[in-house]
Parts: sequence; C-alpha cells; structure tokens
Amino acid sequence: MIEVLVGFAATLRHAGVAATRDRVPALLAAAAELGAGDPAGVYWAGRLTLCSEPDDLPIYDAAFAAYFGGTHPAAPRGLPISVTLPQVSTPFAGGTGAGDDEPAELFSLAASPVEVLRHRDVAELSTVERDEVRRLVALLEPATAPRRSRRYRPARRGTVDVHRTVRAALRQGGEPAKLARQGRRTKPRRLVLLLDVSGSMSPYADALLRFGHAAVRRRPTLTEVFTIGTRLTRVTRAMRHRDPDAALRAAGAAIPDWHGGTRLADSLHAFLDRWGQRGTARGAVVVVCSDGWEFGDPADLAGQLHRLSRLAYRLVWVNPHRGKPGYEPLAGGMAAALPFLDEFVAGHSLAALQDLVGVIARA
Amino acid sequence: MTWRTGRTWTTRRAPEHSGQVDSPAQLAQALAGTGYLADAGLATAGYLAVKLRRPLFLEGEAGVGKTAFAQALAEATGAHLVRLQCYEGLDAAQALYDWDFPRQMLHLRAVTAAQAHPDPAALEAGLYDRRFLIARPLLQALELQPCVLLVDEIDRADDEFEAFLLEVLADAAITIPEVGRIAADTPPLAVLTSNRTREVHDALKRRCLYHWVEHPGFEREVAILRRRLPRLTGELAGQVATAAARMRKLDLIKPPGVAESIDWAAALSALGARTLDPQTAAATLGAVLKYREDIDRVRGSGVLEP
Repeated sequence: MIEVLVGFAATLRHAGVAATRDRVPALLAAAAELGAGDPAGVYWAGRLTLCSEPDDLPIYDAAFAAYFGGTHPAAPRGLPISVTLPQVSTPFAGGTGAGDDEPAELFSLAASPVEVLRHRDVAELSTVERDEVRRLVALLEPATAPRRSRRYRPARRGTVDVHRTVRAALRQGGEPAKLARQGRRTKPRRLVLLLDVSGSMSPYADALLRFGHAAVRRRPTLTEVFTIGTRLTRVTRAMRHRDPDAALRAAGAAIPDWHGGTRLADSLHAFLDRWGQRGTARGAVVVVCSDGWEFGDPADLAGQLHRLSRLAYRLVWVNPHRGKPGYEPLAGGMAAALPFLDEFVAGHSLAALQDLVGVIARA
Repeated sequence: MTWRTGRTWTTRRAPEHSGQVDSPAQLAQALAGTGYLADAGLATAGYLAVKLRRPLFLEGEAGVGKTAFAQALAEATGAHLVRLQCYEGLDAAQALYDWDFPRQMLHLRAVTAAQAHPDPAALEAGLYDRRFLIARPLLQALELQPCVLLVDEIDRADDEFEAFLLEVLADAAITIPEVGRIAADTPPLAVLTSNRTREVHDALKRRCLYHWVEHPGFEREVAILRRRLPRLTGELAGQVATAAARMRKLDLIKPPGVAESIDWAAALSALGARTLDPQTAAATLGAVLKYREDIDRVRGSGVLEP
C-alpha cells in the first residue's frame, strides 16, 4: 500500500500539483488514520495532504480517477475549472516567427547597435535579434514604488515610540531621559500583470511573458502574472523559475488558450471574481497588456474595467499597436477601455518596455 | 476586546471534559451538536487535524463558514478558542506577548519609594514577573489547554509574519528572553483561514492539511438555517435556500454565502414572514446582497418570483 500511495504522489507531481516528497509522510499518516482500504479514506487523505490551492483540486480528482481507476466521493465543485491538459507545443522554441531562416542577416546583425534594436518592433525581429532582445528584457527590473505600510520602525524623528522609551526608562530607574521615536515603514505595492496571449497578440506574447518573468524575479511575493485570452490562467508559479526559458516553457504548458480568440471581458471577469475582488487587485498597480481586439460586447469589457479601476491603485494598459505611427484607439474594446485607464502606453519594442518599467515605478 | 488574561503561571483547564473523536462521522456528529453541520470533507479534515495534530488550512469563498468551523470545533472538542485576527502590520508584540510597561514603571517607583536601597537583582527579577506579561493570542494558545487556535485571514498579514507563525506552530513553544521557554504540553489545534488575497508561502501550506470549503448543497443549507433559526418555518427555509442557490448561479460580484442566507432568513423571520413573497424579499435584499449591481441583477432576473 505504501508503494501505491508513494506512486500516487509521484503521479500527482507529474500532473502539475506541487505534491513534493516531504508531503508523503503526512499522506501515509492520514491514510493510516482513515483506513487505507477505504477509497473515500484514501481520497480525502491525499486531497488534504497533497493539494495546496483550489486549482489543484480538479487535477487531483482527475489523477485520482486515473490512478485508482475507481470512483471517488466527488463533492459538488464550486469552481469552474476545466483540466484541459494542453498538448505542449513549445511556442518558444525559437524559429517560429517570420523571416528567421535568413542566415545572411547573421553578419549584419552581429554589428547591429543596441540602440537601433531597442526601437525595433519585436514582431519584426530575426532570430538573432530576438535572442538579443530577450537577453535585454531579462535584465529589466520592473518594480513598483513603495507606499507607507502599517508597520513602524525606529526613526530619528516622528511620533514617540512609547515601548522603546519606557524600556529605556526602566533601565534608568524609571526616568524617561530620552524620547525614542518611530516612523512608518514602507512597502512596495503589489504588481499584477494581465497578459493577452490570443492570436492577434502572438508576436508580442513572448516579450511580454519575459517581461512578466523579469517582474516576478524582481519581487517574487509581490508580483502576480495572469494570461488572458479566452480564459484566465495564473502563471505566477511557472514564472518563479530562475531561468527565463524554463519559466516560459512551464507557462506555455499551463496556458490552454494559447493563440486562441479574445474574450477580454470574460477573462477579466474571472480574474476579478477569483482574485481581484478578494484583494489581489486592491491597492495594486495593474497592468493589462492587450491590443484590445475583443470578440465580445465592448460594453461588458467597459463594465469589468470599471470594476477593476475601482479596486486597483493604478490601471495601466499596454498596447503594442500604440507605438505604430497613425494608430488610433478605435478598436471596439480599446475605445471602451480608455475612460478607465490611468496610463495608456506602447509595448512593442525594448525601448517601450523600458518606458513601461518607468511607468510602473512612477505609478 | 482586551487580551489581558492569564495573570498566573498555572494553565487553565478547558470548560468541560474534552470529547474524544474516533471517526470523521463522530466528529461531524459532535459538530452538529454545537449547531455546525459539516460535510464529509470538512469533517474528515477536522478529524485528521485532531488526530495528526497538524494545522488545518481552510480556504473558500467568504461566508462559507470557515471561521464558524473553528468555533464549532473548539466547542465540540471541549477546547478553549483563541482567535488571532490577522491584519497588515501585525507583529510579535500584538500576536505573541508584550510587557505591561506602565505597571512595571509603577512597580519600580513603588519599590524605590518603600526601600531606600533595594537589591538591584531582586528588583530586576521582580520587574519581569509573569504578572507584568500581557499574553497575546499565540501565547494564550500555548497556555490554555486544550486549545483551538484560530488564525483568521492569514493572507492579510505580511509575509514576514508567516515565518514567525510557522516557528511557533512547529515548536508549540516560544522563548521570552527575560522569562525563558514557555511550551504547551498539548500543542494547540491550529485552524488557519485565508481568502486568497495573496498566496500564502508554500512552507506554511506544506505543514498543514489543506481544505477548500464549498457552498453547502440545498438540504444542508436548509438544515443549517433551521438549526440556526429555530423559529424559521420549514417552507421559508427551503425558499431562502433555493433563492440563495439561484443567486450563486447568477454571476454576481459577491455571491451570497451561508452567512448571508442566515442573515437574510433572520431578517425575514424578524419581519414575521412565513413564506418568501416578492415584496418582502425585495425589501430585505440588503441582508443578502452587498452590491447595488447585484441587487439590480437579482431584481431583473426573476429569481425572487415563486
């Protein structure tokens, strides 16, 4: 039975649940307590000890059914999560973009000055240029400005710190000889990135996800990255990989609606219901990266953005097309979004992403 | 509420003899005795938490009864309940213990006034007596036996606090420099709740049993309403549960939890309603829905029509 349970934990790990080896002893103890012969006992023992977030639960149920082959006491599920395990198509294998089989360009590019590259549209780069841009994007450090937190720290001036003053006074026989003072600590705001990975954004998705990776690397606990398209996917966990390529591979495997259609309103709705309203967007700097091509009703998108703008501290919209000459935000979704935005910036080139770092820091 | 309890070193006994639980079903029964109707998953989670002495990490929509579960668990197992409500800026002085400086100061003055040359060592020792120590929730939880420690909305505290909590939970002991180590004979049974406003660190989750609390099904919700509000008619309870279940399907900003349907049923019953008619329902909608957009949507959807 122990081998069976250990094997089950391994299966779950492969299915994408963080059921690490150090959780196995707890699984065995729980299974022993509930009776390992009872399928319901094994089900709950595994679910309570191996899962750690609601997204794990549908995967767990699927893995349990596949591994033990039997039925389990499926509780009515409150969360509309489908487990579409995607065919891993490695969208970042390089050489998928247009115009990369031009070896002649190699020589001219070796000398290509970074300054020129900075302003090139990332959708129009060759493979070598793209690698260089990727390297430079990884060096960006998107970080929000600090805000005053509720915590105090000792300071030279500020309000009187009664605790420290009295503690010092006790040492001197109860004479408050010197007043200790305290000031507010500062803490950075949370940064939330919502990246559109639909078909129309595919030339920019790679650069934007790399930007997201740079942001997560900079502040791992205060940054959240989601992809939007036809549905919402949280990729923050995948983005915590140290190596950008590994992080993007993991994210690519997690995103089921890669290069699909665009239902921004639905994705934003899902984000607000499951994350934003509860607090992820509250007081945060929220950056939406999308071209605003919306299949649904623009009025729905406006409604969701209105909700988001009331929760977020600053709402920034990044539209790669904004950097192109003659662009007007006329696409239905984009026009509907404009009234709710604090900032509307371009994100089509390295320089534009560097500007975005500035916008985030100033927000 | 002040936390100035525990003026002596002796640990206090629980109000009644602690109930033994031998199976999830038995725990569910004990919980039902206190008015909390748990489903199989939650009862199993609670049972394992008691048996394995592992903290229980509960997540779920607001108002599904996470906090109430901890309260019911304490009552059902005959344990004290100590609640630590988390918020940003929560630190050791507010969560663990603090010295009562004004009283220490008075003590110091009183001793120096009474004796011209007090013994410095004895004076120092007297200053850090247990009576000058204010026990905050975590220290209380170690001193009260047996005890259910409810750490409510852990996601609201800063992430530095998690590491600190982890240490206290792992050792079931704290060390106060002036006093020494204070350890619990029976570690407190910790119940942590989170609303997922941010992700709690893996290190903490790994040491806990994890359970996602669902909205109750129709029968359970009716049973909960009738248990909580004995004066409610069976018909009204059924209608409230039906309406609440329909509202949860309406894609609202804040779908009503069990807490809201209890409030709503209480409001209806206070108005003397015996069945749910559209007028009374519309008038009391503020007890169950907390957003204007939601109220408009429910009014327009015809959910309240019989």
